[in-house]
Amino acid sequence: MRTLYKFNGGVHPPQHKAESTRQPILAAPLPALLTVPLQQHIGAPAKALVRPGDRVLKGQMIARAEGNVSAAVHAPTSGTVRTVEMRAVPHPSGLRDLCVEIEVDGEERWIERRPLDANDPGVLRHRLRESGVVGLGGAVFPSFIKLNPGNRQKIQTLVINGAECEPYITCDDMLMRERADEIVQGIALMRYMLNAQEVVVGIEDNKPEAIAAMRAAATQSDAPIEVVTVPTIYPGGGAKQLVRVLTGIEVAADARSLDFGVQCFNVATAYAVHRAVHHDEPALSRIVTITGNVAAPRNYEALIGTPIAELLRHAGEKPDTTGHLMGGPMMGFDLPATGVPLTKATNCVIAKSRALFPPAPAALPCIRCGECARACPADLQPMDLYWFAKSRNFGKAQEFALFDCIECGCCSYVCPSHIPLVQYFRFAKSEIHAREKEKKAADTARERHEFRLFRIEREKHERAERLAQKATEKLATLQAEAPSAETNAKQAAILAAIERAQAKKAGIIPRNIDNLPPEKLAEIAEIEARRAQMAAMAQTKDSKAE
Amino acid sequence: MSSPYITKAPGVSTIMLKVLAALIPGIAVYVWYFGPAILISLSLATATALGAEAVMLRLRKVGIKPFLLDGSAVVTAWLIALSIPPLAPWWLPVIATAFAIAVAKHLYGGLGNNLFNPAMVGYAVMIVSFPVQMTQWLAPEALTQLHLGFADQLHYVFTQALPDDAKLDAVTMATPLDTLKTQLHLQRSVTSIQSMPIFGTLGGHGTEIIALAYLLGGIYLWQQRIITWHVPAAFIAALALIAGAFYFANPAHYASPLFHLASGGAMLGAFFIATDPVTGPTTPRGKLIFAAGIGLLTYLIRVFGGYPDGVAFAVLIMNIAVPLIDAYTQPPVFGKKGKSA
Repeated sequence: MRTLYKFNGGVHPPQHKAESTRQPILAAPLPALLTVPLQQHIGAPAKALVRPGDRVLKGQMIARAEGNVSAAVHAPTSGTVRTVEMRAVPHPSGLRDLCVEIEVDGEERWIERRPLDANDPGVLRHRLRESGVVGLGGAVFPSFIKLNPGNRQKIQTLVINGAECEPYITCDDMLMRERADEIVQGIALMRYMLNAQEVVVGIEDNKPEAIAAMRAAATQSDAPIEVVTVPTIYPGGGAKQLVRVLTGIEVAADARSLDFGVQCFNVATAYAVHRAVHHDEPALSRIVTITGNVAAPRNYEALIGTPIAELLRHAGEKPDTTGHLMGGPMMGFDLPATGVPLTKATNCVIAKSRALFPPAPAALPCIRCGECARACPADLQPMDLYWFAKSRNFGKAQEFALFDCIECGCCSYVCPSHIPLVQYFRFAKSEIHAREKEKKAADTARERHEFRLFRIEREKHERAERLAQKATEKLATLQAEAPSAETNAKQAAILAAIERAQAKKAGIIPRNIDNLPPEKLAEIAEIEARRAQMAAMAQTKDSKAE
Repeated sequence: MSSPYITKAPGVSTIMLKVLAALIPGIAVYVWYFGPAILISLSLATATALGAEAVMLRLRKVGIKPFLLDGSAVVTAWLIALSIPPLAPWWLPVIATAFAIAVAKHLYGGLGNNLFNPAMVGYAVMIVSFPVQMTQWLAPEALTQLHLGFADQLHYVFTQALPDDAKLDAVTMATPLDTLKTQLHLQRSVTSIQSMPIFGTLGGHGTEIIALAYLLGGIYLWQQRIITWHVPAAFIAALALIAGAFYFANPAHYASPLFHLASGGAMLGAFFIATDPVTGPTTPRGKLIFAAGIGLLTYLIRVFGGYPDGVAFAVLIMNIAVPLIDAYTQPPVFGKKGKSA
C-alpha cells in the first residue's frame, strides 16, 4: 500500500459529475465547417502550410510546429480549406486568432499513416511533436518536451493524472472507463521515453468504475503501473497537488517536478500519445463534457474545430441558459460566444442557468476569519494578499508570495464575505506584469539613449582624432613642398575676408553702460581706447604682411 | 466575473448567528442562577447596537441593510452585556455598546477594519469611567434573602430604586475574583476565603456553571469550524500554566489554575472574545502567541493589577501586537517549507 500525503486546504464543492456519466462517449456528428486555430498549445503558434482552396486529407498537417516550444496542427477530417484568417477562439476576452477553416467533404479520407512500434525515444518524441500532442489536462503544453528526461538518465516516478477534481467535468473519467487499455499503452510509451522507475496513476475515489477499468488494464501491461485511489478533494487533480499526494514531494510554483525526478501527465494525454505512435493518428479530436443546463449531458468525442454551439445543440441546450463556461466552475472561464471552435484545451463546456449558478451575493468586508488560508492548497494567506492587492501594494503582495497562487479558486469559494479573491489576485498579477513590462521598456529606452550619447561622443572623439591626424599629415606635406603662387593667392583672399569680418566686429560696441558711475565710465573709455589702438596696430601689421 | 463561479452558501451572518447560538447556553444558566436581569441588559445592548450601527452606516453613506443584517453588531452587544453587571443602570450597557459600535468599530472603518475588539473597548471605557456601577454584580439568588422578580429588576435598572427601600447590598455582591483579591489583602488564606458561600466547587457559585456553559458553546463553535482550537487552547494553557506555577509555589496565597479558568471572563474570553477574527492574528502560530499573551496578561492583571479581572485589558493589549505577530508568523508556502526563514 502506497503512503498518501496531504496538502493544505482544498474544498468539496458539489460534484455534478453523475449527470454526464450515464451515457457512453458519443462521436459527435461531422459539422459542415471546422475552424481549426493554429495556436492551441503553449509556445509559438504553428505555421500554416495550406492556402484557401487546398484540398486536405484527414490527419494531414496543416500547420507545422515553429521553434522549440510548439506543436503541429492537422486537418481533423478531409475537405477543402476555405480561409486562413483571424477567427474568434475560446478565450474569456473573445480573442481572435489565426484559424484554418475547412469545408468538410464528409468522406473522412485519411492521409497515409505510418504507425511506429518500439523505437528510439528521440524518434518517438519527434513523432509526438509532428502529431501535435499536447497536455490535454488543460495546460496544453507540448508533450514531447516534457517527455525528454534531459541530462538525467532516468526519472523516479511518472505520475499519471486521472484525478479530475473539478466539478462537472467527466471526460477523463469516461475515457478511463471506456479506453483504459489504450491509455495504459500510452503510459507504457511515456514510461519508456522517460525511463521512469515507477508509474503511479492517481484517480479520485469518486470514480470507482474508472479505477476498476484502469486496474484491469494495468495488470495486462508489462510496465509496472500502479493505480492508486486518492481522496476526492478539489484541487487534488492539480499536477503539483497530485504529485504531493502520491509522492510527498512539494514542487514550488517556480520549480518543475522534473527537478525532483517526477513527471506528470493527464490520462487523456497518454491516450493521445498511444494514438499518435501506434496508429499515426495526430491530435484530431478530443473527449469533451457537455453538461449543465442541457437535456442530455454527456461526453462527446468531437473533432478539433467543431463549433461548440453545435455540441450544445446536440446535447439539447435548454432555452433558459444564461451563459456558458469552458472548463469547470472553479477554474474555467465565461465563453463570450458559443460560435467558437473546440480546441485541444476544451475539456468541458457547461451551460449555465440561474438555478445551477445563482449570482454571487454582494461582497462584504473581509473579517479576517482565515477560512481562505485554511482552504489554500498553496499555503498562502489570501486575506493578506487581498488587502495588499486592494490597496495596490504590489510589492508587499509579491513578498507574500502572490505568484505562488495557482488561482484554484478555493479561497473565493469558502469566503463567507463572498469576496472574489481570485479576481483581485489576477488583477494584481497582471498589474505587476504590466509594470515590469513598462519598466523593462523604460530601461531599454534609457540604455539606448545612453548608448546614443556615448556613440555621439565617441564619434566626435574619433572625428577629432582623424582630423588632427590629417592636419599633421597635411602640415608635413605642406612643409615638404614649397608654397606655390596659387596657394599664396588663396591665402591672401582668406586673410582679406577675416580682416573684413574683424572690422565689422569692431563697429559693434556693446552699450549696456547707461547706469554706471562716472569713474567706471572713464575706465571703460580707457579700455575702448586701448582696444582701438590694438586694432590699428593689427591693421598696420596685416598691411605690412600684405 | 471570472472563476470560480460557485460559492459555499453560508455567509458572515451565518457565522454571527452561530456565535449567538453558542452563547445561549451560558445565558440560560445565567438566568437560572441570577434571575432574568441579564435579559434586560442584553436587550438594551442589542437595541443600542443596531441603532448605533444604522446611524453610523448612514453617516458613512454605506448600504445599511447588508451590514445591519450581518449580525456582527449583535455579537458585540451580547458580549458587552455579558461582561457588565446585569443590574447596572440602563445607561451603562447603552453607553458601552454605543461607544463600542460608533467609536471602536465604525470610526476605524467598520466591519473588518477595527484594530481593537469593540466589546472589550466598550467594557474598558465603562470600568474606567464608572467603576462603582461596574461592581453592582448580582448575588446568586440562592445566597440572598431578598428575591427580585423580573419587574423589580426592570424597575431597578431604569430607576435605581429597590422595592420596600431595600438596600442594594442585599442583592449584590462582589465577584469571586474581587472577593479573593480583597480578602487576600486581609491576610486570609485562599482556602479559608474559598469556604465563603459565594465560592463554588471550581470558581464562584453559579458563575462556574456559566463558565462551563460557555465552554460548551465554544466547543460547538469549534465543531462548526467557526473558530479553530488555537486561541482557546493557548489561552487556557497559558492561564493554567502561570496560575499553576504560582499555585504550586504558594497555594495559601494563590488560587488554583482551575479557579482562574472557571472565574471571571476566562471562558467567555477564551472562546468568544479572543477568537474575534477581525482583531486577532490570522496565522496558526500567530493565534497561539496572541492567545498565550492574553492568558498570561489576564493572570498578571488579576493577581498583581488594579482590576479584579484582566481579560478585557489583556485582549486590548494583545490587539496592538496583532500586525507584528502576523508579520512574523507567516507560514511557509507550498514547496518552500524548510527553505525560507
